[in-house]
Amino acid sequence: MSIPTNTDFEVRSENAMCVNQSELDKPLVSNIKYIFAGIIFGIFLVKSEVISWFRIQEMFKLKSFHMYGVIGSAVVVGIISVFLIKKLKAKSLEGETIKIEPKKFNKGQIYGGLIFGLGWAITGACPGPLFAQIGTGATVIIITLLSAIAGTWVYGKFREKLPH
Amino acid sequence: MLEWLKQPWPWYVAGPLIGLTVPILLLLGNKSFGISSSLRHVCAACLPTKIPFFQYNWKKEIWNLFFVAGVLTGGFIAAQLLANPEPIKIHAGLAAELSSIGINDTTSLVPSDLFNWPALLTLKGIVMMIGGGFLVGFGTRYAGGCTSGHAIMGLSNLQWPSLVATCCFMAGGFIMANIILPFILKL
Repeated sequence: MSIPTNTDFEVRSENAMCVNQSELDKPLVSNIKYIFAGIIFGIFLVKSEVISWFRIQEMFKLKSFHMYGVIGSAVVVGIISVFLIKKLKAKSLEGETIKIEPKKFNKGQIYGGLIFGLGWAITGACPGPLFAQIGTGATVIIITLLSAIAGTWVYGKFREKLPH
Repeated sequence: MLEWLKQPWPWYVAGPLIGLTVPILLLLGNKSFGISSSLRHVCAACLPTKIPFFQYNWKKEIWNLFFVAGVLTGGFIAAQLLANPEPIKIHAGLAAELSSIGINDTTSLVPSDLFNWPALLTLKGIVMMIGGGFLVGFGTRYAGGCTSGHAIMGLSNLQWPSLVATCCFMAGGFIMANIILPFILKL
């Protein structure tokens, strides 16, 4: 007999990076602001060309600094932002004190990371760029996205049997 | 102004702007930046099964689905209004290498010689679009995040497991691009 030890929070936090830390119960329409955040992010992805298969090949063949510059400077801005948010104990627009869930290490980050890296170099896209690529008119990438959803499902199905 | 916006943005402009997504989402509503989880929420919402990994309150995470809908829309807007009329500038050596195997069209970000609907009927197309997509979805979930969740959000919060994951993303990419992909491209 299996004992359900995973509470809802544990299930989400164990393997979801984007854990919703908010404890507020907001109505559906309050999410519309995230569409606008996504639109801006999508435009940045396209104009920086990080969604380009060619740029990804250049990165992995060490033929251009561009991708390293984009990711590196994004991380620097992110580190400063997170530092300031913690230091100032900033609150979100919804009035909550901002908190960020720490990441726990498991071997999935190694095995899964390598597997994702293989896929990234083939498709030239991580999950965000898949959505942006479809938006730019590369409709066939819908198939790649559906396949990525299938991959996620297969992981969930066999999760217990995989080394972590 | 519009002319400038239409050019590809240099890394020192685009990178910091992408990094600002981290504080924007935190300040908007206490949300940690990450995208691959959206694939999991789609599974949880659309494929009802008894798999424990997909049995959680996905509606609490619905902001993430709104966000990726925005990313898709942003891609559309950028392509319609801010498209760069010039072909993509590619490293000369790489361009020659790709040209030798029939990849000449550099007018779009996604090479149309490789990713198109008819190619889905070829072995190369199946391996690249369906196989590649599967590895992205499986790998990111196994790793617990993708480039946004680990490499940007995780590193911004100085999380060493995210550094491990990011190094493995890069290692996998180097292996594929330099060792395996040349064979796939010749299929």
